[in-house]
Amino acid sequence: MSVCTLRINERDVAVPTGTTLLEAARQASIPIPTLCFLEGLSAVAACRLCLVEVSGADGHAEPRLLAACVTAAAEGMRVQTHTPRLQEIRRTVVELLFTEGNHVCAICVANGHCELQNMAVDVGMDHSRLPYRFPEQSVDLSHAQFGLDHNRCILCTRCVRVCDEVEGAHVWDVGWRGEHCQIISGLGEPWGAVEACTHCGKCVDVCPTGALFHKADTSEEKHSHPERLQTLVHARTHQEWSP
Amino acid sequence: MSDCLRLCTAASCRSRGALALLENSDRPVKEVGCLGPCSEGPLAAMGDQLLSLQPAENETVGPTLEAALARSRQISAEDPFLKLQRRLVLARCGVVDPGCIDDALAQGAYQQLQAVLAADDPSAVIETVRRSGLRGRGGAGYPTGLKWATVAAMPGARKAVVCNADEGDPGAFMDRTLMEGDPHTLLEGIAIAAFAVGAKQGYIYVRAEYPLAIERLRTAIAAAEAHGWLGKAISGSRFSFAIELRVGAGAYVCGEETALIHSIEGRRGVPRPRPPYPAEHGVFGLPTLINNVETFGNIPALLQLGVEAYGAGTKVFSLTGHVQRSGVLEVPMGTPLRTIVETMGGGAAPGRSIKAVQTGGPSGGCVPASALDTPVDYDSLKALGTIMGSGGMVVLDDTTNMVDLAAFFIAFSREESCGKCIPCRSGTVQLEMLLRKLLERRGSAADLSQLESLCHTVADASLCGLGQSAPKPVLSTLRHFRSDYLELLQPAEVAR
Repeated sequence: MSVCTLRINERDVAVPTGTTLLEAARQASIPIPTLCFLEGLSAVAACRLCLVEVSGADGHAEPRLLAACVTAAAEGMRVQTHTPRLQEIRRTVVELLFTEGNHVCAICVANGHCELQNMAVDVGMDHSRLPYRFPEQSVDLSHAQFGLDHNRCILCTRCVRVCDEVEGAHVWDVGWRGEHCQIISGLGEPWGAVEACTHCGKCVDVCPTGALFHKADTSEEKHSHPERLQTLVHARTHQEWSP
Repeated sequence: MSDCLRLCTAASCRSRGALALLENSDRPVKEVGCLGPCSEGPLAAMGDQLLSLQPAENETVGPTLEAALARSRQISAEDPFLKLQRRLVLARCGVVDPGCIDDALAQGAYQQLQAVLAADDPSAVIETVRRSGLRGRGGAGYPTGLKWATVAAMPGARKAVVCNADEGDPGAFMDRTLMEGDPHTLLEGIAIAAFAVGAKQGYIYVRAEYPLAIERLRTAIAAAEAHGWLGKAISGSRFSFAIELRVGAGAYVCGEETALIHSIEGRRGVPRPRPPYPAEHGVFGLPTLINNVETFGNIPALLQLGVEAYGAGTKVFSLTGHVQRSGVLEVPMGTPLRTIVETMGGGAAPGRSIKAVQTGGPSGGCVPASALDTPVDYDSLKALGTIMGSGGMVVLDDTTNMVDLAAFFIAFSREESCGKCIPCRSGTVQLEMLLRKLLERRGSAADLSQLESLCHTVADASLCGLGQSAPKPVLSTLRHFRSDYLELLQPAEVAR
């Protein structure tokens, strides 16, 4: 195993070659914000919050913006994680997420335990500089135990990936395109009618907002459990089943 | 065959009644592809004489071909639209019958493939392409030789070649012209590339909106297979190569190479981050060479002429918009924009003046009239804040409001965004809302600065080329035509 040395925010960091910049930064206790990324699932680089400025490695003088979750660390890289340009991008991205959904924290099951809410605090979004669009969205309560509220969905596709990659059921996917994108179950059927669903609840466990929830939960009662996924993936990968 | 009447039955002349003329004809007529100045269509040619069969304003075309010919108007070979062209890619377009492989073979099709196979030296082909300096004609301008060398150097027995024929920019119809007019040149170019990089499987990804191009490609592929120019042991060599046609389903983003790969694989046409580049991990995980139609179309001419005679090469443009004569033209690389737009295209209508030329579609920008002497090449256009693009060239006269134009392109990108990444999915919506607000004269100076700042965020933060370049039409018009924006601000705001 070869090791490479890179510099993140003026700190020298040594990591095994092939480590992503996100992992490298987290090992060095430098937090990089993420929403679509979740350890244990494939990385899709869709939310763009983990963009960092990278220079040095490939001879580019101008720093390039690269998604830390999918960029491998390389010898001699210089990485900046919190420049004013990156902070402006992150705040705008979070504002764009808020304006395209209907996020009413006060009545949300995830209030107080919501990754989107925490992210807004982290990036300093006290209000949106862009107008809210108030799209008309639906709620699917056809499943016996769980519900899906499209108003709160940020299309991070964690549910799609966990169901496909870990549970192997592929109940979820993304339908339509652009602003009309929506998480769909089965072939666009009500969730409760999809026979492939094993009712495992992994999608609810990994959902960063209150979009997927247990029907029994009311305001502020939803807690996500991404660690359950990580424990399972670790056990499968290393064949270590005792805790 | 030279004295046989050739009639263009490609999409543009077809829309002007060429098929009716073909049906109402007693004489032998050879169907050919685009003859060039589409706005004069339907077009016919006899030897090197080009004839416009366009009826006078209050008449209808025909009814018979003879009647149309009797009233036809000859377009002189000295006409700048024809004379200033250098047809390498389109050399046989308008000359051969695209539905007849024997005609194409008689005029030299597949001779370069045969020569390459006889020489049996893939690296020599790549070296020729590299030395020619050929750059990708799809718009980004990546060095073609380098791309080929990268794919050739990849380990693995199985590789693929993909032809990107998902031409989707509004106002772009160069690739369609080649596919409809001379599909065998394209197939030959793809086969040579496949031999050079060591691929056995090829795909042409063509958009569903091009039914005639699809039909002619199907015919051409079947004919090439029947004549042994595609398939097993081509021309008696060890080289086997098959081409599969894949038809898109109407998504512009599938012209982006990673989305195109997903679409070929039967998955949702959504881009993914690069690396890995397609050269390493392409269709079905194979090392894959992806080039645009025109890039492949250059290969037979390049090999035939050799690097020196090929020179700087050419670029095919589809000239359209507020210009007197529109159509498809192939000019030497570096021709000044003014030559194309004013000398060849005849400039704006009488009483009007040219305000700008838009290149590169939704990913490009505007060249103001003051910069018309710019030569068309990758770097000059980039310096002006636009791109060479795939070859769509839309002329805009002084009646055009540039904010309106920017809003049109942003609306296009909004509609075509795949929705995967947030800056593009939600940012293009907010950009269009801001532009509409300005157009409705409800905008303030603050809205204008927000527009600019959001443009930079969407360009910086988007995942793929669609989102990264979507704000370009706005940024380019802000750069060259800021007064069009300022005029729309509320009066109190300007005074402030």
